[in-house]
Amino acid sequence: MAISRRKFLGSLGATIGATTTGALTKAYGATNKHFKGYPEGFGVLHDTTKCIGCRKCEQACNEVNKLDKPERPFDDLKVMDQKRRTGEASYTVVNKFKGSGDVFAKKQCNHCQEPACASACFVKALKKDETGAVVYDESLCVGCRYCMVACPFNIPAYTYNDPLTPKVTKCTMCLPRILEGKLPGCVDICPREALIFGKRKDLVKLAWKKINKNPDHYIEHVYGEYEMGGTSWLYLSGIPFEQIDMREDLGVTPAPQFTSGALGTVPIIVGLWPVLLTGVYAISKRKEKIASQELEQAVKSTQALAENEMNDQLSKLKDKMTKEKETAIQNEVKKALQEAAKKAEEDAKAAQEAETGDDEAVEDTNAVDGTNAADDAVKEEE
Amino acid sequence: MGPEKAIAEKQYFTPFNVVAGIIIFVGLIITILRFTKGIGAVTNLDNNNPWGLWIGFDLLCGVSLAAGGYMTSSACYIFGLKKYHSAVRPAILTAFLGYALVVFALNYDVGRPWKLPYPIFYSQGTSSLLFEVGLCVFLYLTVLFVETTPAAFEWLGFKRIRHWVVRLTLVLTIFGVVLSTLHQSSLGALFLIAPSKLHPLWYSGYLHVYFFISSMFAGLSMVIFEGTLAHKWLHHKMDDTHLAEANGVVLGFGKAASFIMMGYVGIKIIGIAVDNNWHYLTTGWGLWFLVELIGFVLFPAILYSVGSREKNTKLIRIAAIWTVLGIVLNRLNVSLIAFNWHLPSADRYFPSFMEFFITIFIITIGVVAYRFVVTRMPILYEHPEYKKDH
Repeated sequence: MAISRRKFLGSLGATIGATTTGALTKAYGATNKHFKGYPEGFGVLHDTTKCIGCRKCEQACNEVNKLDKPERPFDDLKVMDQKRRTGEASYTVVNKFKGSGDVFAKKQCNHCQEPACASACFVKALKKDETGAVVYDESLCVGCRYCMVACPFNIPAYTYNDPLTPKVTKCTMCLPRILEGKLPGCVDICPREALIFGKRKDLVKLAWKKINKNPDHYIEHVYGEYEMGGTSWLYLSGIPFEQIDMREDLGVTPAPQFTSGALGTVPIIVGLWPVLLTGVYAISKRKEKIASQELEQAVKSTQALAENEMNDQLSKLKDKMTKEKETAIQNEVKKALQEAAKKAEEDAKAAQEAETGDDEAVEDTNAVDGTNAADDAVKEEE
Repeated sequence: MGPEKAIAEKQYFTPFNVVAGIIIFVGLIITILRFTKGIGAVTNLDNNNPWGLWIGFDLLCGVSLAAGGYMTSSACYIFGLKKYHSAVRPAILTAFLGYALVVFALNYDVGRPWKLPYPIFYSQGTSSLLFEVGLCVFLYLTVLFVETTPAAFEWLGFKRIRHWVVRLTLVLTIFGVVLSTLHQSSLGALFLIAPSKLHPLWYSGYLHVYFFISSMFAGLSMVIFEGTLAHKWLHHKMDDTHLAEANGVVLGFGKAASFIMMGYVGIKIIGIAVDNNWHYLTTGWGLWFLVELIGFVLFPAILYSVGSREKNTKLIRIAAIWTVLGIVLNRLNVSLIAFNWHLPSADRYFPSFMEFFITIFIITIGVVAYRFVVTRMPILYEHPEYKKDH
């Protein structure tokens, strides 16, 4: 199948969009909105005080759903000596408990109002139907078994030994039969009215009517009315529910609410993390830039300072040198003048001496000297 | 010709190759069993215990221990700690291999693995945290793949495309951190839906926060641990930069891990206080909880801090292994040991021999793949042609 890039991106976008909106829908879990279940949804009221443990319901279930026949026949009641749970070949089981005499209780999918399994399923293979049944679509199921982890009643089973088409198995509330206008197999066959089929809202009223009519006979509690947000199957018992293996510590919170908080943070993280991280990146980048700029600046100013200093020193040196030169020249000139003066003095002295002794001779010599010097000067100029 | 051939043959039969070969051979036989006889034929899973070792270890531990990828790349490229640059490539590679093997392992665990693309492309169950995990792991595996390609391109000499991928580094890193935050936390949030099955000491409204925060020090510790192994066996493949920076990575990551672990201990205690679960601490489960929290988080955190204060890399390396074991213990506690704690012991789960073997088989594939890549591509050293590129 060829798939264009645009189409692929489109579907990916839809997926991401769906995550976001999905999470938002779940975020309603934190509001005061209360889902009370589908108003026309069906259910079954199981009056355990009426159950005689005949296992007829197990047999009917097996036949209606065309399951594998068990090793031991359904009329073998010794099977109930061991506590059993639902499995791939038994969507329902009846267990025997000790009360005042034997107490029996039937077990199957409770068809929660807001099912943990459906909320946990990542391919929407499990859905709450408007009829009240929690239905399973094998064609979508990947087989991750998260529904089994999620189910607080430990109901769904898996066909582990099927290599190619393993699937989740559980009670369907006989949805195909209901749609045909028939009763669920187990209800249909029950000889003692321990199972009553009807609309859930009517069954709740009926259950309380029974309790109120016979308060000594029943525990004052309709199991499933509120457990895990309510279930389509409801139970009455003569002994505490804990004693017939029905947990009383499940609370009344529908399973999807346990995860709505965590799911709600998903779109917020998608929105905020890139902003935060880009900000961190920008800050670290800017710090780096400022650091390098400051370094550059520091190098530059140090350089400039050094240059100035050098120039100063140079000019000072220059000044000093010029001054020294000048003084040297002046000194030389002074020296020369002094020498000249000295010489002149000496000459004058000598002349005086000569005047007193040999006047003429000295004068001649002087005259000759003078012309010679003059002649030399003229020659140099030429 | 003759002697050369003998040498070549000799090199194929190293102890490592022989052991790895045997494990992979047996693994393949169990694989055939799994896909011809069904999950039930090779595992001890049952209807009360739908998730076993392959989810508890291969998925949960695999993903959290592969957190080194986002930790290292974000430290280097987002927080600008360039001194960890040489640690990025090995961390990204192990993260990529880790995630690839997580997805590979899932093919053994789910009933109909060929439908694994369904949640992303066909029927989106958006109310499920597993959908969130699936989408993020799929996207993150893609990101990690792209982040790994530059090394392969350098090896193959594809300069132009390498250049383009390298330009995406920052965007990919940010995307990677977003995706990691989401799926690391969501793996913990998977168990939020079953408060009636998980022991109250491990169940908390903060479970997703715990998983995310612990993935941070899991990733840091794994980088140190893998570095230790790589130094032992692949020292000759490392260049001078890598060797020079290695101690800095150990010290820095050790210090960071210590910090985060102390914070983690704090929020775990807050979790107990918020749910007022103190009284459980005096039970057997409480003792086990304290073994995990004090023995495998607080204690290695102290080792880390002493090690980084005294610049004792040996101590830090010991702390890293200890922390990794602690993460494994925590993930197994949440998914297997403290899960279904109320069931009678006859109904509890213990993995079969073949489940253990498949897990070992998958780890072996990871080690072989890591060796294959590291001995060929520029992971522990920089390619000489691209040295001044960063």
